[in-house]
Amino acid sequence: MDVRIQLHVDGEWRALTVDTRTTLLDALRDRLGVMSAKKGCDHGQCGACTVLLDGRRATTCLALAVAYDGAEITTAQGLTNGGMPHPVSQAFLDHDGFQCGYCTPGQVCSAVGMLDEVKAGQPSYVTRDLARSVELNDEEIRERMSGNLCRCGAYVNIVAAIREVAR
Amino acid sequence: MIPFEYLRAEDAASAVAAVASRPTAAFLGAGTNLVDHMKLGVASPELLVDVSRLPFDEVEPLPGGGVRIGAAVRNSDLAADPILRSRYPAVSRALLAGASAQLRNLATTGGNLLQRTRCVYFQDVTTPCNKREPGSGCSAIDGYTRYHAILGASSACVATHPSDLAVALTALDATVVVLGVHGERQIPLADFYRLPGDDPHRDTVLEHGELIIAVDLPDLPFAARSTYRKVRDRASYAFALVSVAAALDVADGSVRDARVAFGGVAHKPWRATRAEEVLRGAPISDESFLQAAEAELAGARPLAGNEFKVPMARNTLVAVLRELAQEEAR
Ligand SMILES: Cc1cc2nc3c(=O)[nH]c(=O)nc-3n(C[C@H](O)[C@H](O)[C@H](O)COP(=O)(O)OP(=O)(O)OC[C@H]3O[C@@H](n4cnc5c(N)ncnc54)[C@H](O)[C@@H]3O)c2cc1C
Ligand code: SF4
Ligand code: FES
Ligand code: FES
Repeated sequence: MDVRIQLHVDGEWRALTVDTRTTLLDALRDRLGVMSAKKGCDHGQCGACTVLLDGRRATTCLALAVAYDGAEITTAQGLTNGGMPHPVSQAFLDHDGFQCGYCTPGQVCSAVGMLDEVKAGQPSYVTRDLARSVELNDEEIRERMSGNLCRCGAYVNIVAAIREVAR
Repeated sequence: MIPFEYLRAEDAASAVAAVASRPTAAFLGAGTNLVDHMKLGVASPELLVDVSRLPFDEVEPLPGGGVRIGAAVRNSDLAADPILRSRYPAVSRALLAGASAQLRNLATTGGNLLQRTRCVYFQDVTTPCNKREPGSGCSAIDGYTRYHAILGASSACVATHPSDLAVALTALDATVVVLGVHGERQIPLADFYRLPGDDPHRDTVLEHGELIIAVDLPDLPFAARSTYRKVRDRASYAFALVSVAAALDVADGSVRDARVAFGGVAHKPWRATRAEEVLRGAPISDESFLQAAEAELAGARPLAGNEFKVPMARNTLVAVLRELAQEEAR
């Protein structure tokens, strides 16, 4: 079943025809050539495919492209700051928040989305009092970033990078 | 994955009609469980009716003091809702204990309640499984049972229900509001999920084509003193080995009323009515809490790989009740 859809990807409208079976991740990578969304597990378990979907961090490997006709998607590649790296990407560079780099685009998108969630006052499982505001300590960062696995184990530096941006 | 048609539902009634009239049709929330199952070959619908954008996306007060949660409210939005956080914190915390933030931003309330077991054999089409393929046998009973049931299981199936949200909602007496071809009906969550019996194929009492449109939480003032604790193999982003949702009403050093449910121990969220009975009127003490836990777990029948769950469930309940008893009144 082919369906015509449009996606607004990293600042540009892209029109494409997809089979209904196509995931958003495969549409980005295989159809639109946007390679910064990575495929790790393809089952929602690793976070490598995380993008900002209509402004919120979301995994794309279990999302059907046809269900997101008209959506706005920002991948790590589209997260720039007037030609310079986005502050979160820069902090990952400054703190060696990666080794192989495969999980990094997903980590960066996830961190950007996470910082917005904290700004909006959203609690996490480790927030002591759900009715009060959130203080983004290391325990909070780790819990909130737990949807992004890093097989190289760069977690310590990822936390450091995010801690710096959050300051 | 087999080819399928996709339809974005215009309204609830037409969504129900579209799915009810076709045995191979299914509702689609965010797809975080269903699309996974389609990839694995566990589900193969020929028509998906997307109900994730129907206008059931609000949390609103009900006359009488309760709260209605729309079926399309995203897990992250529900967890962050101010009413839930202050009046039903166990529900917020249960949601926050589930999956990851980037999945919760997508996942819907309706889809969360109807996610299916994470039994490894259920998800592996090369192995026998009565839930996936009735009559084929249960690979788990003599296999890997770390995540399986200790209460209410049958010789046909020993799977557990994976939803954290459902455990908190079960503890707090929630009701599921369902639309079918013959109209609306309300099903208390306590009667919504089934035990496996001879027919583990069915997780719930829903008929094909029945659409969840909302979940109602009753007015329960002492639910402001409620919480959810989840014990797992890693600190985060893992399914429960055991979990506990509880609410406690305390006065003058004793328990006036309590609501308790276990997760990770049965084919459904396990409402611990025996524990609640022991707690009502009991003095606030570790002994009372232990007695309550033991009363509920007396019927536990662990499998070879999950005997640890009995003390784990007991200790988790005691710890949660102790924490709630010490919490300042709101
Ligand atoms: C890696 C990973 C880890 C996870 N960890 C956890 C965890 O720790 N705890 C936890 O609780 N969950 C966990 N989940 C599961 C997650 O919570 C569910 O996948 C999600 O809540 C399902 O919501 P959905 O909207 O995506 O549902 P879908 O996948 O779209 O649908 C699920 C089922 O519900 C049906 N359905 C959907 N909406 C309706 C409706 N309104 N009426 C009737 N039927 C409907 C569908 O037909 C389907 O059968 C995890 C998932 C993943 C991928
Ligand atoms: S426990 Fe249930 S779901 Fe798991 S293999 Fe046995 S029948 Fe299937
Ligand atoms: S590729 Fe999407 S979560 Fe792993
Ligand atoms: S840097 Fe290699 S997986 Fe994270």
